[in-house]
Amino acid sequence: MSVASIFESMEYGPAPESKDVALEWLKNHQPSFKQFINGKWVAPKSKKYMDSLNPCSQEKLASVPVSNKEDVDDAVKAADKAVKGWVKLGGHGRARYLYAIARQVQKHARLFAVLESMDNGKPIRETRDIDIPLVARHFYHHAGWAQLQAEKLPDYKEIGVVGQIVPWNFPMLMLSWKIAPALAMGNTVILKPAEFTSLTALLFAEICEKVGLPAGVVNIITGEGETGAAMVDHPGISKIAFTGSTEVGRIIRRAASSTEKKLSLELGGKSPFIVFEDADLDSVVEGVVDAIWFNQGQVCCAGSRLLVQESIADKLYDKIRKRMESLRIGNALDKGIDIGAIVAPVQLKTIEELVQKGVDEGAELWQPSWECPTEGCFYPPTLFTNVAPASTIAQEEIFGPVLVAMSFRTPAEAVKLANNTRYGLAASLWTENINLALDIAPKVKAGTIWINCTNMFDAASGFGGYRESGFGREGGLEGLYEYVKLKVEDEFKSAPEPKKLTEKLPSAENGIPALDKTAKFYIGGKQKRPDGGYNNNVLDTKGNVIGEVGEGNRKDIRNAVEAAHAASKWARTTEHTRAQIIYYMAENLEARATEFADRLSTALNQSTKKSRQEVEASIDCLFTYAAYADKYDSSVHATPHRNVTLAMKEPIGVMGVVCPNEAPLLGFISTVIPLISMGNTVVAIPSETAPLSATDLYQVLETSDVPGGVINIITGDKEELTKVLATHDDVDGLWYFGSKEGSSLVQNAAAENMKRTWVNFGKNRDWFNPKHVLAHDFLRRATEIKNIWVPYGE
Amino acid sequence: MKKDSAKSHIQRNPGTELDLSLINKIKINRSAVERRAATMGTRRAVKKEWQAAWLLRAITCIDLTTLAGDDTDGNVARLCAKARQPVRQDILQALDFAQPITTGAVCVYHNLIPAALKTLEGSNIPVAVVSTGFPAGQITNKQKIEEIKASVAAGAKEIDIVISRAMVLTGNWEALYNEVKGFREACGEAHLKTILATGELATLTNVAKASQICMMAGADFIKTSTGKEPVNATLPVSLVMVRAIRDYYERTGFKVGFKPAGGISKAKDAITWLILIKEELGNEWLNNHLFRFGASSLLGDIERQLEHFTTGRYSASYRHPVA
Repeated sequence: MSVASIFESMEYGPAPESKDVALEWLKNHQPSFKQFINGKWVAPKSKKYMDSLNPCSQEKLASVPVSNKEDVDDAVKAADKAVKGWVKLGGHGRARYLYAIARQVQKHARLFAVLESMDNGKPIRETRDIDIPLVARHFYHHAGWAQLQAEKLPDYKEIGVVGQIVPWNFPMLMLSWKIAPALAMGNTVILKPAEFTSLTALLFAEICEKVGLPAGVVNIITGEGETGAAMVDHPGISKIAFTGSTEVGRIIRRAASSTEKKLSLELGGKSPFIVFEDADLDSVVEGVVDAIWFNQGQVCCAGSRLLVQESIADKLYDKIRKRMESLRIGNALDKGIDIGAIVAPVQLKTIEELVQKGVDEGAELWQPSWECPTEGCFYPPTLFTNVAPASTIAQEEIFGPVLVAMSFRTPAEAVKLANNTRYGLAASLWTENINLALDIAPKVKAGTIWINCTNMFDAASGFGGYRESGFGREGGLEGLYEYVKLKVEDEFKSAPEPKKLTEKLPSAENGIPALDKTAKFYIGGKQKRPDGGYNNNVLDTKGNVIGEVGEGNRKDIRNAVEAAHAASKWARTTEHTRAQIIYYMAENLEARATEFADRLSTALNQSTKKSRQEVEASIDCLFTYAAYADKYDSSVHATPHRNVTLAMKEPIGVMGVVCPNEAPLLGFISTVIPLISMGNTVVAIPSETAPLSATDLYQVLETSDVPGGVINIITGDKEELTKVLATHDDVDGLWYFGSKEGSSLVQNAAAENMKRTWVNFGKNRDWFNPKHVLAHDFLRRATEIKNIWVPYGE
Repeated sequence: MKKDSAKSHIQRNPGTELDLSLINKIKINRSAVERRAATMGTRRAVKKEWQAAWLLRAITCIDLTTLAGDDTDGNVARLCAKARQPVRQDILQALDFAQPITTGAVCVYHNLIPAALKTLEGSNIPVAVVSTGFPAGQITNKQKIEEIKASVAAGAKEIDIVISRAMVLTGNWEALYNEVKGFREACGEAHLKTILATGELATLTNVAKASQICMMAGADFIKTSTGKEPVNATLPVSLVMVRAIRDYYERTGFKVGFKPAGGISKAKDAITWLILIKEELGNEWLNNHLFRFGASSLLGDIERQLEHFTTGRYSASYRHPVA
């Protein structure tokens, strides 16, 4: 092309980033890569290999191992052996290693960026300016957390050996999100990159080698789904951290449900991008570009559902279409392109099928007039208008450069449409009205809310989902809890099997029968008879019948859950008021302390002194959570942008609580009250063996102004009722204190709607020991952290 | 697009009625604008032949400027000579670039118009002149009108006026509209370039509103700065102004030009501005009828980059004739 002709046309030309260094590196690893286990490069025992391809050209880049069970086993052994030394090194020692890793990533940033772009197909502009800088930042930030661990998390310790499975859309960035916090907290890891994108993880292993990371602290094994499954099934791994599809997340959760493995899952999304009529529309258009055409739309938090206020919808669609015409698609290593290649033909096919479905269902498709490259795995940016929530493409994650647009009339409708999804990863809100923005942000069910911005990430801010987008956070202080456990957890004891009791009916004293007292259920602030019309005898520890309670069934739980939803206003009741009500409960419990103590003495056949202790401890507990109601503050993260990143603590929603059998009063108070203190509403199953202390509370709740539906109580068969709660899709979370089997059941059933669970696998804490019932631990589990990014500046 | 054919396509913006409801609805989100501006130069890359060609195009868009208290006929004559022959012939030959090339205009103070006209005679390079009490504009409206008329009479083809910042800062849009409309009338056939002095307008929203008012009042160009404010042409400000131009074009069908001025001194920056224009307004704006750089030292850096492209050796400024 002559200078003179370009002078006339003023077109862009090719601007390729050199790949020489990356090719040289790949050449040095011919004929095939090895796995990085125990600080050494070893050939896979499977003897199997797979090809890593360049999505832009479908050329083979390298051959990498497909590790099998034996390989995983070797890695776990190495990681296990390394834990002790790594912990002993201390926070400062680990900080030095993480700092060194961050430095190395920075020093080799361009090689990482080029390699990532070649392996994944994403534009070099993104890997160079976004992915790799965020990786370095993640290691720097977590070097700091290692340094501060002892001071900031004194009650916690490492989990041990952690298995991490990362996706192909941000191979290095997801690696850093996984490895940095795990190492900082003293864990050792086995990381498996996605089968399409193993190369940067292997380059990362070389960096670990270079900084002299102790052998076994980081192990990188490559492979396919089966390799990941072997990790999930391995008994030597204490935690699995996974980022990927909701479908696979569910499989993992079910597979791990019968084990005590801790899990964090960061899954799919169909994130809304909400535009109000007073937004800066030209800026909105660029936001859309960053939301859905960043990384070809293969982003779990991609703003893929455009919700536009009706008054400006057509105007905005026009602007977006014009902008789409000037997007450039092509070779990922070209420095002047916006959209690279789809990672693999199988993904391309899924996109094509879903787009076809959209067309078939009547949505209006629009694509720019320019030609999309036909060689390689490319898909043009696509806008669908005339889409209804009922359309498949409005509900399903497409994971490609496809935007679906819908309009709304009012802010309330915007919220309704935004939340009309199983997912809840992120949302973007555009308005110049701060009142509107800060009104809508808390109402949208999503872990991250970007106001007038989108796809902003930082190590200091937690990222993670609500609903079927998974659970757990990555980044910030909130992310660290995924990689620690309470030090006292080791003290929790398995409860002895309860004795089989022979039922003994009471004999009438003094010839006059005791006045029959029937404990019903407590639903929506009212005492309700069991739907099934059955009642069960309540026995003391010697088998004497001391009363009767209703036998709850599915419908009772359903009614209770509905009542709990109806009471959702509780979340917006001021913290001060919630505190006052909980204090009032303490006051009213105190007034009836003798009666409650007598009940405990009867039920547990124990001394009055011991029973009094439990009542006093319960009052103390009420005071604690009343106190915390207005003191468990949200925080502002120090992210490196001109903005406020609000880490807002929100109630989870409707929570099921299956109370421990032991400590029938204190166990109930200790689990239910932290939840309501934070604004959740609760359906509680009291102690199965001694439910009367809970049913006695009805009158306390009534006299303490606890709004109807905030606490609902159903008695009955613990495992039966647990199952109903666990399989109820409108229950957002479930705490279960009971058997190992019950715990497995909860975790397995919860995989369906990805409800937040907390189970104890039959290991009981001592409810009277303050170290076992740390309030901040309970409150953390009673809340979700939503990060709201609010850029400012006029 | 050939220079002359482009010119024939462009109809001068006659202005419109004052539309205050439009002004009141303008929303600019500074953080979002800054984010877009920050990646303008990183999302596109112009290399090798493309870079050389784009830099030549940039030269044709330069208003080669001197606006100093010590300007004399002598240094203005040198400036004009440079405008006529901005790049060494051997470099153009090495680029295989046969067509003649000049800067877009020269820009001087009023009393140097005769000196400029004399040196530019026969060249078709217009003389632009700063006016209306440049740079602060703190003189009466009557004086401003007289100054414009005097400059037009003296042979200036383009009048770079400064707006009354006070009218923006106090939200007196009607007064600003009337002021600029008056300037346009005084210009007659000469083109009106309105300097917003964005560094003194406090907010991007004000920049957007002032841009729209000037276009409604009949500006041919809107220009960022005098070069004398503490902050001159920035990418975020430019982005807001070119988006206003796009909006005005979409509403009225009239193309208004854009001139960033002050502080643009590197070839790389010039490329970034051209990218901004191409991305936000399209190729139709990438010529000196609709785009100008107000710059004095930019040309020197471009010359060095062009020589580097032809020889592969980094160039020195003394190898290129000064203005």
